[in-house]
Amino acid sequence: MSLLAAAGLWGPPGLLLTFALHPALCLRPAPTSGPPHRDYCVLGAGPAGLQMAYFLQRAGRDYAVFERAPRPGSFFTRYPRHRKLISINKRHTGKANAEFNLRHDWNSLLSHDPRLLFRHYSSAYFPDAGDMVRYLDDFADRLGLHVLYNTTIAHVTLNKDRQAWNGHYFLLTDQMGHAHRCSVLLVATGLSVPNQVDFPGSEYTEGYESVSVDPKDFEGQNVLILGRGNSAFETAENILGVTNFIHMLSRSRVRLSWATHYVGDLRAINNGLLDTYQLKSLDGLLESDLTDLAIVKDREGKFRVTLKFFLEEGNQSTDAITLPQDDNDNFAMRVAYDRVIRCLGWNFDFSIFDKSLRLSSGGEFSKKYPLVKASYESKGSRGLFVLGTASHSVDYRKSAGGFIHGFRYTARAVHRLLEHRHHGVAWPSTEHPVSQLTSSIVRRINEASGLYQMFGVLADVVLLKENATAFEYLEELPVQMLAQLETITGRRARHGLFVINMEYGRNFSGPDKDVFFHDRSVGHTEDAWQSNFLHPVIYYYRHLPTEQEVRFRPADWALPRPTAIHHIVEDFLTDWTAPVGHILPLRRFLENCLDTDLRSFYAGHTDLDLTPTTVPVFPAISRPPMGKA
Amino acid sequence: MMSSSFNIYRVGISFVMMCIFYKSAVDSLSELSPQKYFSTLQPGKASLAYFCQADSPRTSIFLEELNEAVKPLQDFGISVAKVNCVKEETSRYCGKEKDLMKVYLFRGNILLREFPTDTLFDVNAIIAHVLFALLFNEVKYITTLEDLQNIENSLKGKANIAFSYVRAIGTPEHRAVMEAAFVYGTTYQFVLTTEIALLESIGTEAIENAHFYFFHCKQVLDLTQQCRRTLMEQPLATLNIHRFIKTMEAPLLTEVAEDPQQVSTVHLQLGLPLVFIVSQQATHEADRRTAEWVAWRLLGKAGVLLLLRDSLEVDIPQHANVVFRRAEEGAPVEFLVLHDTELIISRVEGNTHIEEMQEDEDEDMQSPDMDIQDDEVAETVYRHRKTQLPLELTVELTEETFNATVVASDSIVLFYAGWQAVSMAFLQSYIDLAIKLKGTSTLLLTRVNCADWSDLCTKQNVTEFPVVKMYKEGKHPVSYAGMLGTEDLLKFILLNRISCPVNITSVQEAEEYLSGELYKDLVPYSSVSVLGLFSPNMTIAKEDFTKAGNYLRGFVITGIYSEEDVLILSNKYGATLPALLLARHKEGKVESIPFANSRVQDIVQIVTNALLETFPEITVENLPVYLRLQKPLLILFSDGSINPQYTKAILTLVKEKHLDSLTPCWLNLKNTPAGRGILQTYFNALPPLPLIVVVNLHSGGQVFAFPSEQAITEQNLLLWLKKLEAGLESPITILPAQEWKPPLPAYDFLSMMDAAASQHPTRKEPECTKETNMQKNDKQQHEDKRSLLLFF
Repeated sequence: MSLLAAAGLWGPPGLLLTFALHPALCLRPAPTSGPPHRDYCVLGAGPAGLQMAYFLQRAGRDYAVFERAPRPGSFFTRYPRHRKLISINKRHTGKANAEFNLRHDWNSLLSHDPRLLFRHYSSAYFPDAGDMVRYLDDFADRLGLHVLYNTTIAHVTLNKDRQAWNGHYFLLTDQMGHAHRCSVLLVATGLSVPNQVDFPGSEYTEGYESVSVDPKDFEGQNVLILGRGNSAFETAENILGVTNFIHMLSRSRVRLSWATHYVGDLRAINNGLLDTYQLKSLDGLLESDLTDLAIVKDREGKFRVTLKFFLEEGNQSTDAITLPQDDNDNFAMRVAYDRVIRCLGWNFDFSIFDKSLRLSSGGEFSKKYPLVKASYESKGSRGLFVLGTASHSVDYRKSAGGFIHGFRYTARAVHRLLEHRHHGVAWPSTEHPVSQLTSSIVRRINEASGLYQMFGVLADVVLLKENATAFEYLEELPVQMLAQLETITGRRARHGLFVINMEYGRNFSGPDKDVFFHDRSVGHTEDAWQSNFLHPVIYYYRHLPTEQEVRFRPADWALPRPTAIHHIVEDFLTDWTAPVGHILPLRRFLENCLDTDLRSFYAGHTDLDLTPTTVPVFPAISRPPMGKA
Repeated sequence: MMSSSFNIYRVGISFVMMCIFYKSAVDSLSELSPQKYFSTLQPGKASLAYFCQADSPRTSIFLEELNEAVKPLQDFGISVAKVNCVKEETSRYCGKEKDLMKVYLFRGNILLREFPTDTLFDVNAIIAHVLFALLFNEVKYITTLEDLQNIENSLKGKANIAFSYVRAIGTPEHRAVMEAAFVYGTTYQFVLTTEIALLESIGTEAIENAHFYFFHCKQVLDLTQQCRRTLMEQPLATLNIHRFIKTMEAPLLTEVAEDPQQVSTVHLQLGLPLVFIVSQQATHEADRRTAEWVAWRLLGKAGVLLLLRDSLEVDIPQHANVVFRRAEEGAPVEFLVLHDTELIISRVEGNTHIEEMQEDEDEDMQSPDMDIQDDEVAETVYRHRKTQLPLELTVELTEETFNATVVASDSIVLFYAGWQAVSMAFLQSYIDLAIKLKGTSTLLLTRVNCADWSDLCTKQNVTEFPVVKMYKEGKHPVSYAGMLGTEDLLKFILLNRISCPVNITSVQEAEEYLSGELYKDLVPYSSVSVLGLFSPNMTIAKEDFTKAGNYLRGFVITGIYSEEDVLILSNKYGATLPALLLARHKEGKVESIPFANSRVQDIVQIVTNALLETFPEITVENLPVYLRLQKPLLILFSDGSINPQYTKAILTLVKEKHLDSLTPCWLNLKNTPAGRGILQTYFNALPPLPLIVVVNLHSGGQVFAFPSEQAITEQNLLLWLKKLEAGLESPITILPAQEWKPPLPAYDFLSMMDAAASQHPTRKEPECTKETNMQKNDKQQHEDKRSLLLFF
């Protein structure tokens, strides 16, 4: 593998070598014709692009990352504006298990190198963005990832070719007019276009991307902030102590991440304004649709809020424009503002993609993301995958796929899909006798970080062998692709399967829910299904669900209705190893699904020296060899 | 096991029932002339005859009932007939016209009773009356309390009393009592009354149709003392009385010192639970008194046993003072801590209660049982969780220290998971091993907790637990595949001390090797020493043998000799090169096996087969090896060492190839007490030993027993085996094929979720309403922009 990786750097001799070693690459036409070819092109050397590059590199694939900036992670050189990352960097958990510790490390990318853990780059719980830049720089360097810096891809088109892996090549044109041809395109460009809402007077607003971050500039001012996300509150937090007051305006009510368990919602670290608002300190929150608004500049150069409706009444001069307070003298925003700051989030940059790619926006929730399938492949063109923040339409407001601690796993899943699709490498799995079933599941639910971070999106799958005497264990499969499991993984699911998913309680979280209600915790194993906090849920299917069943599953179900289901009761310490509270009920569930006995036995009942056996205990008990042979 | 025999018992009962129904259709009432009838009467035999006119209607309700009574009465040895009186005949039983409707009971040709047909209104009445008449001496009919007291007093110290009350003579209950008296009438004094006042006077509450009491008078020696009474709580029916009496006959209290799971008493067969009162030497007397008290209280409801913890071979949880075992097959033994004897009573009665009201009580009763740990490994580990193991005897490795350690010194590594019961149980064996090897081994005993060092374990290709690997001289690590116990692991480690195969350099050394002298200390762990003999130029064969030796390392000693003078050895042992010499140390024999053209796999197979004995003593440890042969086992069970004559007989049969389709072996109950449990499963009770069985474990599960009255000789065995082969023998039992079922059900969360969803379609309804309200507000806002901002 290292040979192949080096080949990419060395040029022609290496190409020959790869050619010889990889039958799959035989499809590639002779390198003499047309623009330079890559099997995999990654757009953007941000965290997602680098993460994908790492997996491609480890697998010895022919790839390149295109990055317009001179170094990786250029987004973080400017954003967040106030430099504090809100991804936690928990350096201590009291545990040595590296996999478990990734559950509480939201900044590291996945690699085999323990030096490339973010905790070596910052000691702050909420680290500085500069450390992220430094980290990404090291990540690319140390792992020798193949990144073409200062290369801005200005245009991407599709070139049909029946010989291509996907029936077409992706043609990338850079700022110099050089073309690059790719079999697979992995878009990891993030969300780079500030979201602008068009309303009269929007030209008076300053954007989050350019507003001053020096509190001195806000001394004694009345400030109106448009938006209710973390950037809006981060901006407010910075100037809270120097302004007269801050009003925040947005369409919908504030969504607190501790109530929604969605990390993209307002994090407590930024929500100081909520505190001062409720403690009657002149700061406040308002709800209204921005598109109904208008901002007018008065004679003193201050900004007045009015309704678009009034402006449409006629072309009056600024002073003559009707203000809401003219009719209602207690109108909330009747005060004049010194500044209006727009913090309305970001959109995906669709501009470089040719129409032929049919990379459309309009995901279910928002137009800011390109439309992708649960496999992260574009719905418009085969072979185009969206990674990282831009792929968040899959689990927007649900899980962590829009953030490093989530998309580092989805990138790995995409890589595994590609390995099978193009290189005949089946989804990695381990095979065990059924006696190891309980242990295999207990191990994963207690340490797996991918399941924990990407709850509800990535799930482990246990594929049973004939007569359920053995099983294969597959990790972190995009669970909405369950019906297509056989095609995307190259594994067979003919004898039933278990899906191991992590879930919060159904009615537990939401922007308006009280998540601290009395009796919220469930302790009894028989009430496990009512658990509220994140807990493992195991689904048993006698047959692989069909696409129909996945798509038309009951509204509040993560997966289609199973043959049987098991909830492992929530645990305050997220440690599901209690012999009676956790493992015993799980074993009973598995036993009853498989109609077998999964207990371990001592060899003979007379050995008092604790000698567990694996073999039939004695002729009286015609036990099939269940344990380790 | 016990309940399975109970099933058989029940099957037996229903079989009898079926026969009755079946037969009754056939055994119809015989019709005879008076003359013919009297000629059939046999001395001492009872006979019931219905005399009627020949021209009387052929059917009547009475005749139907009588017809039905034919078979049951025949079962009691009473014949029934319809005697047709022809007009001119003048038998006195034919009587006059108005007396036509009479039935007579004879013993021999002596008339015992005559019944008007209206007394015999149905089949129950017929049987009740007939038996009542026949058992006149056995069943005392009384009407006053005084009668009862007199009988009671006269029987104290002599016999027990079965006292019953029935509402009237001829009822189904009366029939049941009479049928019981027919069977037990000579053992117990049956006493019957129809006087409700009598019943009231002995303190019966809530008097119903019938009651059955057992008066324990036999053990009463003091005439002033009253006999203990036990009331049968089940409805008065033949089967219930039978069961009740059986439990009265069973010892009140049994002392046992065996695994509660294995204990079998009549109670289990009768579908009653067992209650074990756990006792220990120090408190034995007091415990026995408690147990007796409990036993009296539970008489007829459960079997009570005193379990002696000190002499027990199995572990029971430390604090448990009561062990409860339900009669259902496969029901787990429950270990309980009950501080009040009343709780024991209520547990038994409560449990009986559920059987009747299963549906209502199911949910409440289910959960506590399901939470009981029924995995014996998990249970012991949990129980000993606070015991500090001397872990310092082994080196704990981490991700940082692992590589350096296994490179620097030969190491054995235990990969385990701290949360896994089997791992923790094996860790204890591993520590025991460390204690045994302390100071004697150059091998470093280390361990890795994969719960902490998950990545390290994955890198070492460890994905299940526990796993033992040996890292030696920087070579590829060897995985241990033996039993998870101290002894086997010790053997593996010791045999790994020498290289495999070991290079033998001189004929003399080879001889020492074969005689067991060379590795004297290792020979006890390897019953066979294998020596490969090769000419120096047989490179490929040598290579294959070396590979096979490597593969077998830790299980058997192998050596290789390929010097120029190898012929000295091959000639001596009559081998053609290349050859394997197998030295069986126990028997002091060396045999040679040619293996030209055998590849690695074959060599491994040859050696593995050679390790098998022709007539091994089966132990828990070596059983799996012999089971792997997939042949039925011929097991000779012996209490102590085996009679040499039996060995000889079997070895002769082996030699003559009569046992090729079987795996002959023997089992010493002294060495392998688990054998007792097996015999109990096969025979329900411990049969006299020695004993030979053939068990077909791999197909069918039939168990055949060699007739115990026959001597174990070559001829007898051969004959028996021939019959077996010809299918002329029937199995004594068939082991259930599908025994490894879930021991208990799981929580059905799916149903609970469904139930919740259907009961409360919107569990958080208020919140939903709130949301809709909010949406409405939104709408309004859109509609009336003017008023919108006023709300703030």
